[in-house]
Amino acid sequence: MKRKTGRAFMASLIVLPVMALAEADDDTLIINEEIEIVTKAEAPAHLEGVVSEVISGWHFRSDETQALELDDFENPALVYTDQALDTWNAVEGSEGKSCASCHDDVETSMQGVRAVYPKWDEKAGEVQTLSMQINDCREANMGAEPYKYDSAPMAAMEALISLQSRGMPVDVAIDGPAAETWEQGKELYYTRTGQLELSCANCHEQNYGNMIRADHLSQGQINGFPTYRLKNAKLNTVHGRFKGCVRDTRAETYAAGSPEFVALELYVASRGNGLSVEAPAVRN
Amino acid sequence: MKHVLLTLAAVGFAGQAFATPPVPSEVEFDEYGAVEASLTGEPGDPARGAEVMVTRSLGNCVACHQVDDLSEAPFHGEVGPPLNGVGGYRTEAELRGIVIDAKMIFPETMMPGFYKTTGFIRPGDGYTGKAAKEEDLEPILTAQQVEDVVAYLMTLQD
Ligand code: HEC
Ligand code: HEC
Ligand code: HEC
Repeated sequence: MKRKTGRAFMASLIVLPVMALAEADDDTLIINEEIEIVTKAEAPAHLEGVVSEVISGWHFRSDETQALELDDFENPALVYTDQALDTWNAVEGSEGKSCASCHDDVETSMQGVRAVYPKWDEKAGEVQTLSMQINDCREANMGAEPYKYDSAPMAAMEALISLQSRGMPVDVAIDGPAAETWEQGKELYYTRTGQLELSCANCHEQNYGNMIRADHLSQGQINGFPTYRLKNAKLNTVHGRFKGCVRDTRAETYAAGSPEFVALELYVASRGNGLSVEAPAVRN
Repeated sequence: MKHVLLTLAAVGFAGQAFATPPVPSEVEFDEYGAVEASLTGEPGDPARGAEVMVTRSLGNCVACHQVDDLSEAPFHGEVGPPLNGVGGYRTEAELRGIVIDAKMIFPETMMPGFYKTTGFIRPGDGYTGKAAKEEDLEPILTAQQVEDVVAYLMTLQD
């Protein structure tokens, strides 16, 4: 392309209307009239100068969709956590063990676990997502086949474990040995991919609150994952969602479970530090 | 390779002005990011341009822009400025430049380049999520569709 100088001059003459962000609504989320969910929080320190408040995707959905999360009898995701509870207690693999053989009652042993994932795993020498940890236990501790990374049984088990942290603040560590992975994730978040040349930040940082066609853009938080989506009537994993968003920039996506998406998950999770774990959430 | 073929085709049509649109990488922008010459030499068709603007797989311009004249197509977005009256305050050459590659005027803009095939990170094969080979990339709009959209934008007068 033949570029010449002087474009900056032109740009400086263009006065764009100030695009006020349509406010996220002011509703409050209390599940089962009991569990208070922090859906808006002061942004974590690493987002200083970028956004002042972090907001759950719940605020950007319609009243009807929001209502499905208020009561576990209405929340379609709970069907899957019930199924996962059966899996939790079922013996599988060559060692003749179930999850419960070692972890007993999921409600006590898995409390608070989801809130700190992804996290650095000393033994493995890498940042691990909850899915990686689940498969580790299946392979190493049970002698069972690993789940496919973003498969239905994996999403259900992840949802069951996440449920035990519901209402607790997301608090993933971004320093120490996790720092390098976090930086890589941050880099990916701001990379403009595909033929549309769009980054996560273009849509979820610069334009949350705005409509893009029929969609009300949120901050793309993952405190509600796995989420049940009305659109496909199933549980959706974090990496499944990432894949969809990257694909929509007309780009080649990364694979679910790839080191890139693990890094991106750590970074995106850290942008929600301070929000409550809301999983399993309901979205459209 | 594609370029060579197009050049040969142009030779074949010698005498007929603009018979072959320039490949995207050869479009000439002026110093302000405008493109003076029509890509096809054919006048654009505003009705077809309007169709391109609302079609998801083509321009999908209303995903980001409010256009009151296209209000029968549902769901206009708010990411870019409304385009009402844009044909009154921008020249045809500016509008052509913006549609071809808006980053020539607005360097960091979110607006995609619609007649552009190079310089992408991990370009995909349409919306499949699979890799595209950069040599195989087609621009999102054809040269004539760009002209149709520009012709439509010129009809947006206050
Ligand atoms: C033979 C015993 C055993 C079995 C069976 C087992 N685990 Fe584990 N699991 C462990 C041990 C030991 C750890 C902690 C050390 C580690 O990271 O490996 C652990 C850690 C975990 C953690 C991380 C907890 C934390 O605080 O970070 C999760 C999540 C988990 N297991 C899930 C499962 C699930 C789901 C199953 C069934 C599919 C399962 N485990 C089966 C022994 C087991
Ligand atoms: C072209 C705009 C666009 C881009 C670029 C984009 N997304 Fe999204 N994303 C959406 C839309 C639209 C939705 C659905 C509405 C919403 O929650 O924003 C969505 C939803 C999400 C959600 C679900 C939020 C929830 O509350 O359930 C996550 C997570 C997400 N995106 C992450 C990402 C990440 C990470 C990237 C970069 C790899 C990205 N997105 C890039 C448009 C985009
Ligand atoms: C992903 C969002 C997006 C899409 C899709 C998009 N635009 Fe834009 N467009 C923008 C933004 C943002 C701007 C503002 C320029 C800037 O970033 O400073 C803009 C600016 C413009 C302008 C300049 C307006 C002015 O007031 O000077 C025109 C004209 C325009 N777009 C036309 C189109 C057309 C035609 C299409 C479809 C072929 C289209 N846009 C698709 C985001 C988009």
